[in-house]
Parts: sequence; C-alpha cells; structure tokens
Amino acid sequence: MSLDLYGTSVQSRLLLGTSLYPSPAIMLESLKASGAEIATVSLRRESGTERAGQAFWSLIKDSGVRVLPNTAGCKTVKEAVTTAQMARELFETPWVKLEVIGEDDTLQPDVFGLVEAARILCSEGFEVFPYTTEDLVVAEKLLAAGCEVLMPWGAPIGSGRGLNNLYGLRSLRAHFPKVPLVVDAGIGLPSHAAQAMELGYDAILLNTAVAKAGDPVAMARAFASATDAGRTAFEAEPMETRDMAAPSTPVAGTPFWNN
Amino acid sequence: MRVTVNGQPHETAAATLAELLSELNYDGAVVATALNGEFAPKGQRLNLTVSENDQIEVIAPMKGG
Repeated sequence: MSLDLYGTSVQSRLLLGTSLYPSPAIMLESLKASGAEIATVSLRRESGTERAGQAFWSLIKDSGVRVLPNTAGCKTVKEAVTTAQMARELFETPWVKLEVIGEDDTLQPDVFGLVEAARILCSEGFEVFPYTTEDLVVAEKLLAAGCEVLMPWGAPIGSGRGLNNLYGLRSLRAHFPKVPLVVDAGIGLPSHAAQAMELGYDAILLNTAVAKAGDPVAMARAFASATDAGRTAFEAEPMETRDMAAPSTPVAGTPFWNN
Repeated sequence: MRVTVNGQPHETAAATLAELLSELNYDGAVVATALNGEFAPKGQRLNLTVSENDQIEVIAPMKGG
C-alpha cells in the first residue's frame, strides 16, 4: 500500500540522502537501487565563479526524484525559517525537512526552537517534516503547529546505532496511530530499518548507512529489501512474544509420552 | 562601500541586490538570497537596496541528508 505525505502518494517507504557518496555517479546509482522516490537535499553558500551547486541540482533534477530540502546546520529559529524560505524558492517545493540543531555532539534537535519554527513555517504554507525526538509532548506540539508528518530520530545523525529508544518509539507509534511517522537518523544496518518498520513506522530516512558502506549501491538495495520486509511483517501482524516456551510441535501423541 | 557576501568582505558600488549579484558573476545562476538574515526573494532583488555593512547570503542547491 502506498504512503501518503501531505497529499503526495509514494510507493517506496525508503527516503534517501544525497550526501557523503564516493562520487555523484554512485549517488545516482544508489538512489536508483534504493527505489527511493524522495531524496533529501540541502543549501550551501555558492561562489559566483565555481557554481558547484548548479551541477548537483542538474543531476538531481534529471534523476526524477522528488526533493525534500533540509535546514541542516541551522541552530536558531531565524536561521531555519530563512533557510526554508530560500529552499522553497530554489527547489520549488513547499516541503522542508526542518532541523533546528540544539547540541553539537549529538546533533539532537532543539525541540523548543523546532516547535516555534514549525509554527511559523506551517503558517506560511510550508509542508513541514520535523526532525524531532521520540518525545510525545513535543510531537503533540508539532502536530498542533500544523505538521502532518513527524520524523523522530532512531539515534544521533551519522552514528549508525539503530533504534536507541525502542520503548519511546513504540509509544510514539501507539500514541499517534494515524500520523505518518518516519524514522530519521541513526540507522546503520538494514536490520535497524526492518525493526522500525516492524514497529509500524511508515518510512525510513537515511543517508550515511548507504553512502559510507563499502558498496553503497548494494547497501541501497539491501535497505530497500529490509524496509519492504519490515512493512510486510507489520501488515502481517507479528505474533505476541512470551516469556516461556510454547511447543510448536503438537504434544498429543508424542512417543513415550506418559502424562 | 563594504558589505559581507557569504561571510567574506566585499567592496562594491552596487545600489541593489540584483546589481551586486551581477557584479559577482551570479547572472544566470540558480541561487537564493538573504539580506541581513531575511529572505530576499528573487523577484525583489531589483528593488532591494544594498547598504554599508549589509550581510548577504547567496546559496545554491547542495547534497544533504
């Protein structure tokens, strides 16, 4: 079944970043292998003579993916809002992956600034994808601000640690059963992606785990399979876990059984 | 007058943001701009006056996660 994000329907539940690849060609091959229909992009200062950004933008446009511009590196509400406004003009999309970074070591969101920036951007017609934590109260406030998608972290950006707070992520899913939830950041292995999807998350956003793999294209394919497998498992309704063993082979008729 | 463009000092006689961009060889480039921290839309660059000590950002698409 397709995923609906602000009225846009996509088949792939894997969103991929465009940074850190060994080359632009490998980035494009990885995008294709992942099946991702949405790719994150960013904004940086441009020199009038070098124009590095123009070449990158041509590549991405030709690939046919839908872009989700981020506000990476922004540490204040003002920076994030201005960056989002510039992104909307450049990329011609109301979508923005809103990042307001609160701490350098963990790159964790400044959730206070995030909520305020989300409120401003939503009121200006942006369709905000907030990079947040698994905190339920923050999630409530982001939804009240006008966000229709939430993107909690699995672990710090680029750490590859997987799902650090399984209970928190499970609670968030249970609390907001109808809101599209995307695990964004911290995914290191396809098994992490599968685990998040098995919890009922709607999609996975990752970059480093593919870009920094020895073979990014093969890893992109692995993540696509894992994301699909996790989603299928969720829809198939996993069994309940239990503490004690329960024999799967029928007990009745067991040879030499005397009880 | 002296302004700052992308964090670097720049001496200019440009009266508007559009003139400044042209002076810096951005003609035809896909860029977005901010003037003193505020978004400066493409359609307003002709009318936005550049003044001494202004801080200008000129940004373009880039890879991101």
